[in-house]
Amino acid sequence: MTTTTPKKSPNIGAIVIITIAIGLNLVIAKMMANWSYSWFPPQASSAAPYVDDLFALETGIGSFIFFGCTGFMGWVLLFNRAGKYDESDGAPIEGNTKLEITWTIIPLVTVFLIATYSMNVNMKLQTLGPKHKYAIGTDPTVLIAKDPKADVGPIDVIARQWSWEFVYPNGVRSSELHLPVDQRVNFRLISEDVLHSFFVPAFRLKQDIIPGSIISYSLTPTKEGRFRLRDAMFSGAYFSQNQTNVVVESEATYTNWLKTAADQPLQPGLDPGRALYDRRLARGDKGWATVPPAPPPQVNDPGDPSIPHDA
Amino acid sequence: MTITNYDPRILKAPHPVPGAPDNWKRFFSFNTDAKVIGIQYIVTSLFFLLVGGLLAMIVRGELLTPPADLVDPTVYNGLYTMHGTVMLFLFLFPILNGFNNLLIPTMIGAPDMAFPKLNAAAFWLVPVFATVLMGSFFAPGGPASSGWWSYPPMSLQNPLGHFINGQFLWILAVALSGISSIMGAVNFVTTIIRMRAPGMGFFKMPIFIWTAWAAQTIQLIGLPPLTGGAVMLLFDLSFGTSFFRPEGGGDPVLFQHFFWFYSHPAVYVLVLPVFGIFSELFPVYARKPLFGYKFVAIASFGITFLSMIVWAHHMFYTGTPNWMRHIFMFTTMLIAVPTGVKVFAWLGTLWRGNLRLNTPMLFCLGGLFNFIFAGITGVMLATVPIDIHVGNTAFVVAHFHYVIFNTIGLGVFAGIYHWFPKFTGRMYYEGLGKVHFVLTFIGATLNWLPLHWAGLLGMPRRVASYDPEFAIWNVLGSIGAFMLGVASIPFILNMVSSWARGPQAPPNPWRAIGLEWLLPSPPPAENFQDDIPTVINEPYGYGLGRPLVEDEEFYVRRSQEA
Repeated sequence: MTTTTPKKSPNIGAIVIITIAIGLNLVIAKMMANWSYSWFPPQASSAAPYVDDLFALETGIGSFIFFGCTGFMGWVLLFNRAGKYDESDGAPIEGNTKLEITWTIIPLVTVFLIATYSMNVNMKLQTLGPKHKYAIGTDPTVLIAKDPKADVGPIDVIARQWSWEFVYPNGVRSSELHLPVDQRVNFRLISEDVLHSFFVPAFRLKQDIIPGSIISYSLTPTKEGRFRLRDAMFSGAYFSQNQTNVVVESEATYTNWLKTAADQPLQPGLDPGRALYDRRLARGDKGWATVPPAPPPQVNDPGDPSIPHDA
Repeated sequence: MTITNYDPRILKAPHPVPGAPDNWKRFFSFNTDAKVIGIQYIVTSLFFLLVGGLLAMIVRGELLTPPADLVDPTVYNGLYTMHGTVMLFLFLFPILNGFNNLLIPTMIGAPDMAFPKLNAAAFWLVPVFATVLMGSFFAPGGPASSGWWSYPPMSLQNPLGHFINGQFLWILAVALSGISSIMGAVNFVTTIIRMRAPGMGFFKMPIFIWTAWAAQTIQLIGLPPLTGGAVMLLFDLSFGTSFFRPEGGGDPVLFQHFFWFYSHPAVYVLVLPVFGIFSELFPVYARKPLFGYKFVAIASFGITFLSMIVWAHHMFYTGTPNWMRHIFMFTTMLIAVPTGVKVFAWLGTLWRGNLRLNTPMLFCLGGLFNFIFAGITGVMLATVPIDIHVGNTAFVVAHFHYVIFNTIGLGVFAGIYHWFPKFTGRMYYEGLGKVHFVLTFIGATLNWLPLHWAGLLGMPRRVASYDPEFAIWNVLGSIGAFMLGVASIPFILNMVSSWARGPQAPPNPWRAIGLEWLLPSPPPAENFQDDIPTVINEPYGYGLGRPLVEDEEFYVRRSQEA
């Protein structure tokens, strides 16, 4: 009925079919791996190529396994179906110890290799610095979170329910994060209310911001453009509004911006949850309970959310 | 239906008999028969599947368009929190305990559970905490809305300041659910260890029993830390302590360790019995012995062991140091090995079989197909650099729904159809079953496959609104979700009409091998009563021509005469 039989003489037909199937599967796996690069936003930090390569590798291996197993299921469904009145039993195979050991060892080795490789990639990212605890209510910025390799910083990233504020070394405050391209930037991640997460998909990086701790975090943007910064750790009612932009620009533009911004007076910054909260109050405060949004940060440059973002 | 010719013994029986008068009353009483309790669990949890599904459809309705326009964002947050909580604590855990109740005693030839009253008490806690949880919709300020993780300090904010609030009731309900689960786990593990039929050594137990045992062991080890964490959270919320409050010197990340130490293994508590269902059903409908029975059995406990040492993979981006990330990446990826053993064993079981594609088999095949996919995205999520990008995005939502619905949900449906004739005494309608499968499989794929891409592009999870570039994936997902809602119609029709007036089921409609199939359909109270069979062979002897028990003809004849 089917091709493989447990006989001594090699079954040429089976070998040919299996070889073709494996070859075809390898081709499909490679195509999936190549295709996987297009599933991401553009690569805008030094970490992004590593992450995308690793993902492509796992997509390739995963596709090979997925199409191998489901292709096998398809084969069985095509050729091993019982007829309508066929009540007979299948081949009474109870197992094959050699095969079972093989399919224990091969995944073991595979995941070991993937994990080792991923560990090396992770060591190359070098983003996370030390984490210091401090008493809420005291000034967290007195804590020095220095990254000796950083060219810029530390920039304080302050997340609130529901707004972002960035404080640069020269004292400038902004609602959008301005960064110079191709320079390693060090941040101090600060939250005074609840958990937030600093997530820039184009950078492929994410770090939770933990109230009561100050976290030193570094990255290198590699592409100019406007990229979304999204709060990725659920932070309450207007969590999904708690987004802003990262503006990566040339060093000259960045320095220039820092200078002009310093001359501007402090004004209310972006407060993305406010509009929905005001609408709610206008409708008689209907809905389930929430804390009110924190007052908008006072910044030199509130930015312009109407400019479209690149990713 | 009028009843005339029932034996008085049947009328007095403490278990349901199809068509007998006042049958239904048993299901609303403190009944100690595991088969009644099993059906109580399953029917209750299917009701809450509809509740949770309805909540999910409102959530997906909100996500149909980019802005937050259908409900207020606070309402959205409450709805998705309750959706997750209802689906886990009122659908999945109870329905699998329902299977445990129906299958453990009948599969191992025990007359009942080891502690029948504890068993009934464990079930009756379900409606109690269900009431508490549903009641929280009417609490001042609405239900809990900090996600089913309830991470502090967000979960401690209590905006209105009332002592009784949604979060308070939520913690209470989860703690009660934990107590119910521990009561169940003690019972199931004791029953499996102490009450097997003569001759049924550990390596003659059906795989479902192995997996139920492995899963309930996790409950016994993991639930105490979660309950401890929940109590501390409750104290922080209501009594002013500062275990997790940063302004009092507490550490919010500490809660995450308590939470995930149980809540990651909890997934294995849910998926292991479904692996058991797959391992039972593939041999029956492929007419072949389970490939590598011993490997599959031992792999269950391999998963139990590994599940205890993987929790911090949920915390790769919380500031966890690299050495810890790497250890947890290795342990998490190792889980692929025992699960891989199982997947390959099922494929080996299908190979050269004689496949019969009825409803339970279709659900099994669909579940296996989805599980292979979910396993691959699972390894991706275990990879630290990838997880740092896709963690807390729609990719994770897609991945865990592929596990929890597309695998576990489909496996549960497979089990319901497969054992429906055994425990109701009626056959279900195959046509409606197949419609249910097709709608479920397409709906589930459409719902969650596209969300992987939304996540890779950077759409966070738990959002009420999103940037317009994610619209296409969310529209597809919402269509899939509504399709799953529609899929419940043929299922309900099938279950209700078959149970009421389906054709009488023979004792063994699938020609399956197993102790439960040597009992009449439905089995009498106390199952085999005084004639417990002696098991002489491994299970799944399809095509091997060997009997499962001594004097098998006697039991077959007796089950047919009943």
